[in-house]
Amino acid sequence: MPSSEHGARGRPHDGAGLPPFELVVREHGPRVLAICRSRLDAADVDDAWSETFLAALSAWPDLPPDLDVAAWLATVARRKCTDVHRARTRRRTDPVAELPEVVTEDEPDEGEGVWRHVAGLPTKQRQVITYRYLGGLSHARVAQLVGGTEAAARRAASDGLKALREKEIR
Amino acid sequence: MNDRELLNRLHDRFTADAAAAGLLDVAYRVIDSPLGRLLVAATQDGVVRVAFALEDHDAVLADLAARVSPRVLEAPARLDAVTRALTDYLDGRSRQVDVPVDLRLLRGYRREVVGALPTIGYGRTATYAEMAAATGRPGAVRAVGSACANNPVPLVLPCHRVVRSDGSEGGYRGGPEAKRQLLALEATPFATA
Repeated sequence: MPSSEHGARGRPHDGAGLPPFELVVREHGPRVLAICRSRLDAADVDDAWSETFLAALSAWPDLPPDLDVAAWLATVARRKCTDVHRARTRRRTDPVAELPEVVTEDEPDEGEGVWRHVAGLPTKQRQVITYRYLGGLSHARVAQLVGGTEAAARRAASDGLKALREKEIR
Repeated sequence: MNDRELLNRLHDRFTADAAAAGLLDVAYRVIDSPLGRLLVAATQDGVVRVAFALEDHDAVLADLAARVSPRVLEAPARLDAVTRALTDYLDGRSRQVDVPVDLRLLRGYRREVVGALPTIGYGRTATYAEMAAATGRPGAVRAVGSACANNPVPLVLPCHRVVRSDGSEGGYRGGPEAKRQLLALEATPFATA
């Protein structure tokens, strides 16, 4: 087990931290709307927009102040569009000969339940999981953000995923 | 529906979803009042901040993001009851702003002083020295002054009722004119009492 769970990156409440999330919604709402529109039917745009910002709001307090918010949100939005699209496809009852996409091994399901479990992880694992799998950042970039080496970030991600899998299997 | 209307609708739905998911840590709204525009913010526990027009509202929100949580959203619905209570008070229809309060921005003696403010009744005043005595620290007159000056929830907890020993009004977060206005409001006979 990694022993450097704590102290890698404290964010003291010094007033120089993250802006109120309201500013993020106001500033990036139109761009996320454009992304959702470009990828989904009109009927699904509302869901994807809302879920993008809910996921972002959930992760927001753990994000580093120097994160490229626009790029990160675009990644989240694209993932949410994929989720909404998949959910819609799954709901269809016509027997299409199309098998559901296989979820790759290191990509956690982003369903509601997972977030509850992610919230319960140790700080570093939670941060790494959030950046890597919600934000789609590389291990190297994640290491820059949370401190420590790339190998440590990789290990924290793997430990976090293992913990999540155990909870989900139960 | 144009994009602005759509985004406003999406925003409303999103804040409702965020509240339902327990992710709305600080909800705020801005209300027009006889004292000017007031920013009112509440956690799930109660009103955490009331800011006057002459305070920089953006700075107030940034401070809440840093000291309470960055999950700050403009979500008027959570402030409906507070807005009604404040408006009733400021329009002279009620004697108190009776809503849950969250004093997490204060610690120690300041919290004690601010918590004791409701003991001064409507239309009455107390001096800084009297408040110091009432809170068991008669020597702490200056500390009472700074506690009142930094009251995060003015109007809700009535720091405007604390005045100087010589009877003059003393300072106020909302400016001296606001303090005069409030004392005048409370000096007016209460119509429906």
